[in-house]
Amino acid sequence: MNQSVFRLTLPILFGYLPLGMAFGVLFTTQLDYPWWAAPVMGILIYAGAGQILAVSLLAAQAGLLEVFIAMFVLNARHLFYGLSLLGQFHGAGWRKAYLIFGLTDETYSLLTSRARSADRHHEQAVDFRITLFNQCYWVMGCALGALLGANVAFDSTGIEFALVALFIVLTIEQYKALGDAFPVIAGAAAAALAILVLPQAHQLIGAIVVVSVVLLVQYLNLRRTPDAEGAGHG
Amino acid sequence: MADSWYLAGFIAVAAAATFATRVIPFLFFHRHTEHPLVRHLGRYLPAAVMALLATVYLQRSATWSNTLPGFDALIPAVLVVAIHLWRRNALLSIASGTIVYMAILQLNLIQV
Repeated sequence: MNQSVFRLTLPILFGYLPLGMAFGVLFTTQLDYPWWAAPVMGILIYAGAGQILAVSLLAAQAGLLEVFIAMFVLNARHLFYGLSLLGQFHGAGWRKAYLIFGLTDETYSLLTSRARSADRHHEQAVDFRITLFNQCYWVMGCALGALLGANVAFDSTGIEFALVALFIVLTIEQYKALGDAFPVIAGAAAAALAILVLPQAHQLIGAIVVVSVVLLVQYLNLRRTPDAEGAGHG
Repeated sequence: MADSWYLAGFIAVAAAATFATRVIPFLFFHRHTEHPLVRHLGRYLPAAVMALLATVYLQRSATWSNTLPGFDALIPAVLVVAIHLWRRNALLSIASGTIVYMAILQLNLIQV
């Protein structure tokens, strides 16, 4: 079983090792904390974009309330992953808590796309191993990158742009999956407004509030005119 | 020492926030999966949040006092978009944008 799980998760290994290393290098070159805190974050937090955002929040000594809101909103898409797995995880017993904890984008895509037999318990055991293997790859990447960043001397000025590049890539992927530019424009406009009128410490939260209100208004508008559902709204 | 306490608190809060996004559907949402507002937010919120974060952090990595204001970050950002639309390989897009940004800053390619 382990061999087939390894084969199944191999693409995740190739994705998680370099991304985890990017986080590890960022962590040790941008911050003054011990290198092993990077893999510890990989074990306890286990979120790709979340941990990379965490580096810049740590560097800014952000307040813990802001940290909670920023991490929650960044990972809010996970709220909607769980909805589609309620049935699949039902009755998984002690494994269920870890299956839920380890529900990253990549694990979600594997768990929802692989072929499943009728043996529910066996399949949940496989799901568990997939989740565990994926997290191992991620933690290894975090540790390798942190050691690399701590021991290899190089000028890392500007390496924090990886965060911006990651968010740009994720925006493009979201847009392609959705086929609708409205939320992208709304998000960028809310951010621009927050940058213009708010001090830096409150920009993220301010923009999140604005864009949530915009999406709520859009929802109410769509409800009032049900014919417009699916049509362009910009 | 105060710093390690901050780091420990930070990790605890970040872990709690991340786990919350994953566990909430299993705790509360199972009766509301079909609610149209939940489905609307599920459809639009992720894209909006990503665009928001990209904009906020792009603005922060740019130097707006240059003679070419913001170009130090806008050039690598456009590069990321172009390479990602071309190859659609996330790591390639991120690596090339970051390397170009580092080169612009370290070699001072855009004069102040």
